[in-house]
Amino acid sequence: MIQRNPLKRREPLTDTILLTTISIFIFFAMYFAAMQIWGAGFLRWQRVFDMLNDNAALIIVACGLTIVMIGGGIDISVGGVISLVVMCCIVHLNSGGTILTAALLAIGIGLAFGVTQGFLISYLEIQPFIITLAGMFFARGMTTIVSVKPQKVAHEAFNALRAERIEFDALGYFTKKGKLIPARAEIGVVVALVILLLIFIMLRKTKLGRGFYAIGGNSNSALMLGVNVKRTRFISYTISGLLSGIAGFVFMMHTGAGNATNAAGAEMNAIASAIIGGTLLSGGVGNVIGTFFGVMILATINAIVTTSGLSAGAPWWQEITVGAMLCFFILLQSVVLSLRGKGGFKRMIPKWMQGSKQ
Amino acid sequence: MQDKILLSMRGIGKNFPGVRALHNVDFTLRAGEIHALMGENGAGKSTLIKVLTGVYGKDAGTISIEGKEVFIRSPQDAQKAGISTVYQEITLCPNLTVAENMFIGRDKNVLVGWGKRYRRAGEILRNLNIPARPRQQLGACSLAVQQMVAIARAVDMDCKVLILDEPTSSLDDKEVEMLFTLMRDLRSQGVGIIFVTHFLEQVYAVSDRITVLRNGELVGEYEVENLPQVELVAKMMGKELQGLSDLKQDDNEAAFTGTPVYEVAHLTSTTGIAPFDFSIRKGEVNGFTGLLGSGRSESVRAIFGADRVSGGTVQVEGKKARISNPKQAMKRGIGYLPEDRKADGIIADLSVRENIILALQVMKGFFHPLSQKEQDAFVDEYIRALDIKTASADTPIKSLSGGNQQKVILARWLLTHPKYLILDEPTRGIDVGTKTEIQRLVRRLAKDGMSVTFISSEIEEMLRTCSRLIVMRDRRIVGELRGTKLSQDNVMRTIAGGEQ
Amino acid sequence: MKRFASKIKWSKYTQLLKTKWSKYTQLLKTKWSKYTQLLKTKWSKYAQLLKAKGRKHAQLLVPLLSILLIAVFNLLRDPSFFSVEISKNNLDNPVLTGNLISILNGASELAVISMGMTLVTAACGGQDISVGALGTIAASVFVKILRDGQITAGTIVLAFLACCAAAMVFGAFNGTLVSVFKIQPMIATLVLFTCGRSVAYWINGGATPTIESPLINAVGSFIPGCPVPTPILIVIAVGLLLGALLRFTTLGLYTQTVGINQRAARLNGINPTLIKLASFLVLGLCCAVAGCISASRLGLINHETMLQEIEMDAILAVAIGGNALGGGKFRITGSVLGAYAIQALTITLYAMKVPSTDVKAYKAIVIIIIVVISSPVVKQAISRLWAKVKENSQKKKEVAA
Repeated sequence: MIQRNPLKRREPLTDTILLTTISIFIFFAMYFAAMQIWGAGFLRWQRVFDMLNDNAALIIVACGLTIVMIGGGIDISVGGVISLVVMCCIVHLNSGGTILTAALLAIGIGLAFGVTQGFLISYLEIQPFIITLAGMFFARGMTTIVSVKPQKVAHEAFNALRAERIEFDALGYFTKKGKLIPARAEIGVVVALVILLLIFIMLRKTKLGRGFYAIGGNSNSALMLGVNVKRTRFISYTISGLLSGIAGFVFMMHTGAGNATNAAGAEMNAIASAIIGGTLLSGGVGNVIGTFFGVMILATINAIVTTSGLSAGAPWWQEITVGAMLCFFILLQSVVLSLRGKGGFKRMIPKWMQGSKQ
Repeated sequence: MQDKILLSMRGIGKNFPGVRALHNVDFTLRAGEIHALMGENGAGKSTLIKVLTGVYGKDAGTISIEGKEVFIRSPQDAQKAGISTVYQEITLCPNLTVAENMFIGRDKNVLVGWGKRYRRAGEILRNLNIPARPRQQLGACSLAVQQMVAIARAVDMDCKVLILDEPTSSLDDKEVEMLFTLMRDLRSQGVGIIFVTHFLEQVYAVSDRITVLRNGELVGEYEVENLPQVELVAKMMGKELQGLSDLKQDDNEAAFTGTPVYEVAHLTSTTGIAPFDFSIRKGEVNGFTGLLGSGRSESVRAIFGADRVSGGTVQVEGKKARISNPKQAMKRGIGYLPEDRKADGIIADLSVRENIILALQVMKGFFHPLSQKEQDAFVDEYIRALDIKTASADTPIKSLSGGNQQKVILARWLLTHPKYLILDEPTRGIDVGTKTEIQRLVRRLAKDGMSVTFISSEIEEMLRTCSRLIVMRDRRIVGELRGTKLSQDNVMRTIAGGEQ
Repeated sequence: MKRFASKIKWSKYTQLLKTKWSKYTQLLKTKWSKYTQLLKTKWSKYAQLLKAKGRKHAQLLVPLLSILLIAVFNLLRDPSFFSVEISKNNLDNPVLTGNLISILNGASELAVISMGMTLVTAACGGQDISVGALGTIAASVFVKILRDGQITAGTIVLAFLACCAAAMVFGAFNGTLVSVFKIQPMIATLVLFTCGRSVAYWINGGATPTIESPLINAVGSFIPGCPVPTPILIVIAVGLLLGALLRFTTLGLYTQTVGINQRAARLNGINPTLIKLASFLVLGLCCAVAGCISASRLGLINHETMLQEIEMDAILAVAIGGNALGGGKFRITGSVLGAYAIQALTITLYAMKVPSTDVKAYKAIVIIIIVVISSPVVKQAISRLWAKVKENSQKKKEVAA
């Protein structure tokens, strides 16, 4: 361990940055490959904006999940919370609520889940997987209790807001008739990007942000260094709950309708994006920028599978590709980090090896 | 050297259920000195450190810093009182940068100006001559540098008392020298350093004073110049040098003739022990001795294949053999009772019965489970033979006392009828009665033709049970004593590096 | 005079009565104390015995208690819940019907999978979340082979063997990631969780294929002439097989040893990597069986809904069965009972006319109650509280004395 590659000693690349870089690189490689092969749609900015529009909610929950995972935990209730929020908000809007109260309701539901789960996990020290699994069950069950039937928003102001698009003329393209069609982004995308930026700053610049990395890196050390481990862990779940509430609202703005299977599998998509984006499930390493590109990689895979026509005859390829990518990234992380001798010296090197110089 | 008393601990006592870990221990640290705290396993040095740093509460005694009594209830209290600790296993976060590790957990503000922090960290590192850059990820630094970063963090927190708990056990010579330079720097700045180590040379290289503990009691405080190495070893081991020649000599001379049951040449493992030769004959009891960390455990682990063997040849009963994992060793008739009973020995949640039959079961194979009847017969026999005190054979082993747990593991290996049994510290942390029982058992087994290697921190015990002692220092064999040369004086001289 | 005499007599009588009364009460008291003494000694003996026995089976307390609770609840709610009848099905065979049968029958897949999950949990200290996907893949192989040829008893056996092989390959994939690459089980199995159902879809080749044959019916519902649903018989068979595996090999001992103390296991000649891999292989086989039951029961495969969320239920069954999710000691009986408890809860909710989609919410509440009660922090708090109460009552006694 002591004789390290001198090259790496000069290179001040942290694990987080290394893994993030890998995923950014893979995204661009995939996207440029798609441009080369299928051209047309991929050459237009609108394709990127479409990917953003479709995945704004996913970006938001994945950000929350990244925080939890950096802290060494997991939250699989996020998909359930989204569906519950969507259903509750639609019912609320349709029975005479305003947009503001609906937004507050979304945030409230998310926070309630986050706080309860965070308390049970960090202060009662129960396995996060079990608790958030129960949270997912509860949220999904409550969704159908609120309404079994699919619902559609019939609130005019909201639908007007929903239809609002932000247009970028410079990124648009001309039709054959010479008409400019600007690139359009939904409001949800702006929300997602703002949240992404805020969390990025929070993780990098604040005491709390570095606290997440510390408890995920080595919670015992973090305790010794004076970090309030329980509170930090509690906050990570609270943020994740809050963000899934917001994501629910954004999801509703995108679809305008809700049913019992809303955002099915969103939790696993979010976990997969975080992992692909370079977040370690064992904690301590990760970055929301990476997670963003993780989401975009998944979206690109979807787009490629659709464009290439694979999905028409063989729709299974999409998920199989995602699974293969996931497997690749998990193995890559395991190999990269063991090569770098990271992951806690205790774990990587048995005790008897630590005295191996003479 | 200044003579201002910085820290004084008086009459410290600490009891754990059934064990008196510390009794009436005094400790004094002066400003600007490096004070070595010495003692063998179970002497109480780590307990004393933990009392001082607030990890354990004390049962008796007072602690005062610069004359004022302080009450330390948690690690945070200790930090506030100006006591910082750098542990053997590094308690920093390897995924953060060097500067982050130095400052995390200390900020009052929510927003942290990292630019300023990085500059400040750079200054500190430069001042202390630590070869690390603030923006480097800690995990990419060598262990020595990580240790130094931990020290830098402590220094920046205005610590008056710096505790270094076995900081050198994972460093090479050059790194140790770097660390010592840093320690001397700090000493000249008036910091009091408590240095816990088991390397004698290092104590003499850097310390001013030595306090020796044994069995939870204070042996004494000495100036380094007035305490030769041999005497220090004697103090730690617990016998004065004179009047020890009345130990009974071994009578089993047959053990030195005949072909070896087990023989190795140039054996070495990835733990970094020097290649060594070793052999044992039928009915012989020999022992590896040396201070903790001298490589005695690593050697026997290599023999059993518990660590990755990286070189050497093995012969079992005159025939070449390959032993690269425990199962192969077991098949060759070797048994190994590990040093760390809790981590390597017992299967805590399983019953006494299952713990006893485990090794035999593995040898019998996957498809031949022992029947309940066979199990009962074996287990009852050994519970009776070794007088294991347990409510029933189905009691979980974790609810037994340490001595009885050890007997269970001993029973596990005896049940396999090994030709060669390795016992690494079988008597550690158990009561005197059981200790003598185990010693007697070892002699009896040898008489019945079993070869035994016995390791213990207590020299007296080794002399009583072994007919040949292999002495180790700094991970290599430095001598072999037998017959008339087998005396406490000789063993200590050899360990301390004197003539044989 | 007369009056006076009667007064004296009266007083005499009362005197007599009083003395006699006191004598009797004395007697009664001594007898009573004797009896109570006897009872106490006997009771303490019994209690000791019970404690000794109880400790051995204490693990089963939680699942048994949950089942009992659900049973009592149903008894109070509607005793007819328990009625079991023999009726004729559409093939004119006598079959057992009733809520109890549907609990036993419906829990078959879950029971089989939770058996394997128990082993994985014990050996690896983590859970496999890909069992639903794995079962679906296995079922797809099963159906694919049956659809390619005639459905006879022979082809069914062949298809079953092939699907076992497929499940073991995927189980080995999970197991390798966990044991060789040392990836946490949940993360390693996330891969198959994500894409396993699509693999099944791929094997199916698109549609939701159906299989129809009286033989398949015999596997999935009833064998003609036997009133007990076949899945129940299959569960019993799998249970017996697994029981035999644990009885006639040392798998149980090795698994627990690896789960509790991996280092010690290695020093005793056990290969932890192999044991972990083996646990995943066994789980793969269990998934194969569950997949075949499910496919035969429905006569078709829908890769999206087949064995949906069974991974969550299986983990829950293991937890309710009193097995530590962190690995170590295990009892397969506990997990199976846990599986039946979950199914009993579900069927009860159905019987109460709770829509099937809402059941999850109630299940979640039950899970949270169970894990909160069994969390070490809460246990400690309760035992501390208990000690305090005891101390207080003792103090009160002392004060009274």
